[in-house]
Amino acid sequence: MSEVRTLIVDDSSVMRKIVERSLRQAGLDPLVVYEACNGAEGLDMLKAKQVDLILSDINMPSMDGLEFLRQIKAQNLAPGVPVVMITTESSEEHVKQAILAGARGYIRKPFTAEQVKERVLPLLSAA
Amino acid sequence: MLLNGARGAALLRVRGGGADEMERTMAVSLRESVHLVSDPRNLDASVEEVFQLMLGVNCRRDAVFVLDEQESVTAVVGFGGLLSGACVFRSGSSTAIKIAAHMTGMEFEEVDDTVKDGIGEICNMLAGAWKGKVPNLAANCGLSVPAVITGRDYHLHVQAPEFKLNHTYRFDDASFEVTIICDGLQ
Repeated sequence: MSEVRTLIVDDSSVMRKIVERSLRQAGLDPLVVYEACNGAEGLDMLKAKQVDLILSDINMPSMDGLEFLRQIKAQNLAPGVPVVMITTESSEEHVKQAILAGARGYIRKPFTAEQVKERVLPLLSAA
Repeated sequence: MLLNGARGAALLRVRGGGADEMERTMAVSLRESVHLVSDPRNLDASVEEVFQLMLGVNCRRDAVFVLDEQESVTAVVGFGGLLSGACVFRSGSSTAIKIAAHMTGMEFEEVDDTVKDGIGEICNMLAGAWKGKVPNLAANCGLSVPAVITGRDYHLHVQAPEFKLNHTYRFDDASFEVTIICDGLQ
């Protein structure tokens, strides 16, 4: 697999590390990781870097994950790049909101590396 | 230490969904399913799930929480919406360090920012897993971002909660307690 440039957006540095580790366990190697701790930082990162994959939390201070998704679309940043939400919010309503805002996948915390693999790899193959 | 800050943040998050969401929220009530919301098995299942998946350890219920260290770590995630209250995680510093080490694969000498961050995230996942066990609660109850408090000789006080679940758990030689406090139910 060629290099996968990934943006991980989460206000928890521990969770960003866990997501990165899960991606490596899923076989995404070589992996280049960019990190942001809220949606606003994520947007700045997308203006500066080309990425192949975006993984984002929903509940974050400053700009949450749903607004981040809406802004990606509104500003036409990262067109065609799959966005997967990784969040504790698990209701159908939250999934629906995320999909409507442009998410291509949804992973509920807590998660396993296998779940990350199942949801992320098909999106990268299709991209 | 009061819950109002965390609970207020969670309520704001729910209200952030707009008028449609508020109207839908107002039409649903948890009063009829209070027995499901307060079912203690939901808390045990949530703790088991979070610790198994994120740390790879099996937790078991323990009878009594004994905090034999002076310094403790408390994480609070507020609930807002149909249910208001909080999920509170509490442990001694050595347990907090052990949990963070399991999560990250790193070693820690003290309760630093990474350990606090990890404990906050554990509390966040516990709160999310717990509310996810009851469908109406999952959809109509928001979570605040976690607040983590460290120190000695502090006490969490809630006036007359609707219900409270307080369980102690253990893995290896590490012990911690998780409390669900509900002080408002619509």
